[in-house]
Amino acid sequence: MAVALATENSRVFRPRRALALLFCLALLALASLAVALAVGSLEVGVRDFAAILRGKPSLAAEVVLGLRLPRALAGFACGGLLALAGALMQTLLKNPLADPYVLGVSGGAGIGALLAILFGFSGLMLDSCAFLGALGALFLVFGLARGDNSWTQARLLLTGVIVASGCGAVVTLLLSIAPEARLRGMLFWLMGDLSQTASPWVGLVALGVALLLSLPFARELNLLARSAETARTLGVRVGRLRGLVYLVAAFATAAAVVSAGSIGFIGLIVPHLTRLLAGSDMRLLLPASALLGGALLMAADTLSRTLIAPEQLPVGVLTALIGAPLFLFLLARAGRPPR
Amino acid sequence: MNAAASPLFAVHGLTVGVGARAICRALQFSLMPGEILAILGRNGIGKSTLLATLAGLRPPQTGEILLAGKHYAEHGARTAALLRGWLGQRQEDPFPVTALEIALSGRHPHLSRWQWEGDKDVRVARAALADAGLAGFEERAVQTLSGGERQRLAIAALLAQETPLMFLDEPLTHLDLNHQIAMLKIFARRAEAGAALIIVLHDPGLALRHAGRVLLLYDGGEVSLGPAKALLTPENLSRLYGHPLLRAETEGCVAFIPA
Repeated sequence: MAVALATENSRVFRPRRALALLFCLALLALASLAVALAVGSLEVGVRDFAAILRGKPSLAAEVVLGLRLPRALAGFACGGLLALAGALMQTLLKNPLADPYVLGVSGGAGIGALLAILFGFSGLMLDSCAFLGALGALFLVFGLARGDNSWTQARLLLTGVIVASGCGAVVTLLLSIAPEARLRGMLFWLMGDLSQTASPWVGLVALGVALLLSLPFARELNLLARSAETARTLGVRVGRLRGLVYLVAAFATAAAVVSAGSIGFIGLIVPHLTRLLAGSDMRLLLPASALLGGALLMAADTLSRTLIAPEQLPVGVLTALIGAPLFLFLLARAGRPPR
Repeated sequence: MNAAASPLFAVHGLTVGVGARAICRALQFSLMPGEILAILGRNGIGKSTLLATLAGLRPPQTGEILLAGKHYAEHGARTAALLRGWLGQRQEDPFPVTALEIALSGRHPHLSRWQWEGDKDVRVARAALADAGLAGFEERAVQTLSGGERQRLAIAALLAQETPLMFLDEPLTHLDLNHQIAMLKIFARRAEAGAALIIVLHDPGLALRHAGRVLLLYDGGEVSLGPAKALLTPENLSRLYGHPLLRAETEGCVAFIPA
């Protein structure tokens, strides 16, 4: 009797409860999307939405479908990618303070992007340069950390942190030699900004692929987060799994950074927020983080373009401004640092 | 040869070492269902390394390790995980999880990729927690458990794995005396039910009481393997630990006391 009662109250997530939570988060993302579409210099009401859905051409339709929807979707994709990459990196490194940028992917992308801006490239060329930079950092860290096949967390973390700080130095160097006229564009790129995003599709497809690649291994990731050796004796092929997780997380980060620059804090804080809501089970944590990260970044972007309209803030500044105190609050509430 | 009479586990010509230092040379033994083998030796002699090698976590220098008649590589990771479990010395939990979630992690090899833990898995995990003296701890966050409770939780996860062969590296660390005996009794019950266990132990008295055979690891790669009653003598143990030991017996219980 007591056992049966305890089973019902158990916090072990069953598929149905997990789906219910994901459904709620999906609703939150939809609400965030609706606000992003409705708010701005041109207010769009319910009646306008109805007209847009019927396909009637209007100014509202142009603004919503041509400007706000692609930007909101790009924000969702970026937020989802960063949160997913953060959850994966924290698990891979067994370190709650890890974020998607800790292993240098954003630093590499930054070098590529700043060089592109310095040479006057924009649009697709800029994105390509940023992506090449991210790939460079990704494979540099991967190659160095795997050097003798030992692949320990400490070695990976140290290699990544050193590569990231090296990239940071190059970024500062590029900033200091850049002509005045290009500086603003460079700074905005570095701070993270969705206004330059051309198309949301790259990000959305990347998010879908990253989820599809990581979800089949979610239960194995639960084991890897505790002890690699115990995971091996439970049947996990640890070396292969670590390689996969690193590559998925790094490519997801690269996809996000290329489309919107280095937006901070989403990748660090969203996995922690999601753990508070849903526990640490990766089967739920991965999709829930992606949804929550997407919803939060869309909301932050809406704020960033309306707070001091018609001027726009870089959304990365806003996520950091909101994220830092929120993270400190969570730390204080937890009573001790999540070491 | 019928299945019941074939060894669960066997090693042939096993040589294990770290760098140039040998832990054992050409070791040969097999383990039948129901047997408990204890490994004893000084700190740093290589007990954990040997156990990890036997559990398939690191390759031996030479020799064969046969789990149910086949090499680890032939079994594949998942099948091997259904046959043998391993208890390590360190338990780390960087993220908040509950005790029941940890116990359920032992069910991993029993589930296919997309399968969620079912009622049977929850039942097995709860029973394992109860065996480990952790009934009622199901919803406790692991971070709030004491060292001894964590150790028993790791044992519960291993029990939930339900493998016929178990490798335990110092399972009694951090445990109070009552829990030490309770855990050894559970291991003995598993052995009676047909499991085989290899346990790294620190207390030769407990090894004498619970293990049928012992493997003593001396300096320089010298080992002796044999019945616990024959090998666990004050002379052997004094040499093993490099300190004179005395044998005491009260009401049928044997203890070895440092002189």
